[in-house]
Amino acid sequence: MTPLQMIFILVAAMTLGAGLMVVTARNLVHSALWLVLALFGVAIVYVLLQAGFLAVVQVVIYIGAIAILMIFAIMLTRNIASESGPRFNENWSWALVIALVLFGTLAWMLSGWDGIAAQAPAISPRFDTVRELGLALVSPEGFVLAFEVASVLLLAALIGALVVAWDRR
Amino acid sequence: MIPLSWLLFFAAALFCIGLYGVLARKNAIAILMGIELMLNAVNVNLVAFWRYRTPEMMAGQVFAVIVFAVAAAEVAVGLALFISVYRRRKTIAADELDLMKW
Amino acid sequence: MFDPINAIAQWLAALLASLGLSSGLVNLILTLVGVLAIASFVLIVDIFLVWVERKVVARFQDRLGPNRLGPFGLIQPLADIIKLLIKEDITPLGADKVVYNLAPILALATVLMLWAVIPFAPTMLGADLNVGVLYIVAVGAIGTLGIIMAGWASNNKYALLGAMRTVALTIAYEVPMVVALLVPVILGRSMSIHQIVNSQTIWYIVAAPLAAAIFLISAIAELGRAPFDLAEAESEIVAGFHIEYTGMKFGLFYAGELLHALTMGALFASFFMGGWRGPFAEQAPILGVFYLFLKAMFIYWVIMWVKYSLPRVRIDHMLNFNWKLLTPLALAVVMFTALTDKALIELGVAAGSLTYSLAMLALNLLIGWITLSLLRSYARIERQRVAAPRPVASPEYSGVAKS
Repeated sequence: MTPLQMIFILVAAMTLGAGLMVVTARNLVHSALWLVLALFGVAIVYVLLQAGFLAVVQVVIYIGAIAILMIFAIMLTRNIASESGPRFNENWSWALVIALVLFGTLAWMLSGWDGIAAQAPAISPRFDTVRELGLALVSPEGFVLAFEVASVLLLAALIGALVVAWDRR
Repeated sequence: MIPLSWLLFFAAALFCIGLYGVLARKNAIAILMGIELMLNAVNVNLVAFWRYRTPEMMAGQVFAVIVFAVAAAEVAVGLALFISVYRRRKTIAADELDLMKW
Repeated sequence: MFDPINAIAQWLAALLASLGLSSGLVNLILTLVGVLAIASFVLIVDIFLVWVERKVVARFQDRLGPNRLGPFGLIQPLADIIKLLIKEDITPLGADKVVYNLAPILALATVLMLWAVIPFAPTMLGADLNVGVLYIVAVGAIGTLGIIMAGWASNNKYALLGAMRTVALTIAYEVPMVVALLVPVILGRSMSIHQIVNSQTIWYIVAAPLAAAIFLISAIAELGRAPFDLAEAESEIVAGFHIEYTGMKFGLFYAGELLHALTMGALFASFFMGGWRGPFAEQAPILGVFYLFLKAMFIYWVIMWVKYSLPRVRIDHMLNFNWKLLTPLALAVVMFTALTDKALIELGVAAGSLTYSLAMLALNLLIGWITLSLLRSYARIERQRVAAPRPVASPEYSGVAKS
């Protein structure tokens, strides 16, 4: 086992454990903090996959914006009744069955697929992935349309969030 | 080198954990957190396939970036909705918001 | 001779290799030693900063400052540390213990992590990340998380209020900061800080003074220093998010805050003032470290100057200032910098040349002038609105209930 594989196993175990704590923790703020750890683990997986830009963006967007917004929302919507009550709805056992069955099916399908043993081709050090990603996002042969649609979506979300959360009094 | 299968199994497990959170939790914000885990699992798959199949074509990373944008938009609107709902109903437990049933 | 750090590293590598260790292990040990060396060096500077801060604030307030212990009071910080160490270590009863104790560590560790990408000298830098600029933003985001953890875990309403203010502040001011940082990225054609410093034959503060000003203002806001120190406004919420912390836990927050200010100075120096660049820095890298800290200390002094001269800003004014002035201005600067850059390259002006920098300076002056005239006309409209006669003593506004 190479050091890289050992790091991956440690990070994956940390991420999955944190993910489990996210969905089971009683205290919602703890849930959010575990979510931060899980997202950080995913960022490390990106680093292991040589996608450094995505790793940093993951930390900026998910931890810096999304997780902190969630903690904010949790603090703004505190409710004693919902905190002391059960944290799962009455269908939680069915949810568990569905999740386990889905995982079993995915694992079965994946192990039957012959592309699973693929080896990662080496990336030449001259190939600057950040530069290529930037070019792909804005070049007409690349994904400029998707990029523009995403920006319109973000603008719509910005206005939508303002309109929805506006306190008209 | 990490085998591709490890990454795919890891992503599948993360997706199923997120799915369980979405289906089982009561609090709407907890459900949103489950969705975030699922989106992250998808992103791990996208980046893993980019790295192992077509590293010279940036499609996988571009898709991941678009997923980031969608996730950010979704959280902004979702949390605004929850805060708005909380102002009127004083609760954001998903199974108590059942006004539309009647 | 003039590059002692690399000489020591080579000597250590040779020593370890002669002990029969594999090259991978030698590299690992060297990396760990390097991390330890940078972190301890920065922390030792941090101790010295306590003295600088107290001495400078004393001068601003027409006092002498610490002058009893040692020459010029230089040993005072050590006495402060001993005092902090022997204070009672309190964890409040209702506090969330793990989160409460993790928060100060996170607050200092994120500041230390920033030093990993700052180039000290042409041959001395922790890591040359090709996404260095984004890394700084990401680490700053984790620092915000540390503050919100401290505020929430203290189980104290003032702490929570302080944390919420801090988060509103840092998230808002992160936007113009990131956008302003794009200007040196455009000018240097790289997101690696090492590259940006390397390409600054003429300091970017000449080519991008507006971006530099926006970065400095949002850096002060990010630090939570006056005039943006609402997070710890003593008269309103006592001490903000670290109200419950005592002893060395408070010390970590304090050290983190001081070091963060110097770090912002070092970042400003790297982005806009040529980092380690100076006379003979390329021949003698050790001089580069000296120049970098000289520039960082100058910016740190500017930050202190602002802190001790300006009164606190109200929170709505502060957010208005950010969203209505800084963010649009930063976006305009980035847009026009990119356009002008393209035009200059098309005209055959080499990037980084004197003509190029002067053209950029002219562009910045033009944008600054337009901004000032817009602000002036806005102020005129606002004055007319305030001076206009207003209805007085109507029953709806006077607070008397309608019968």
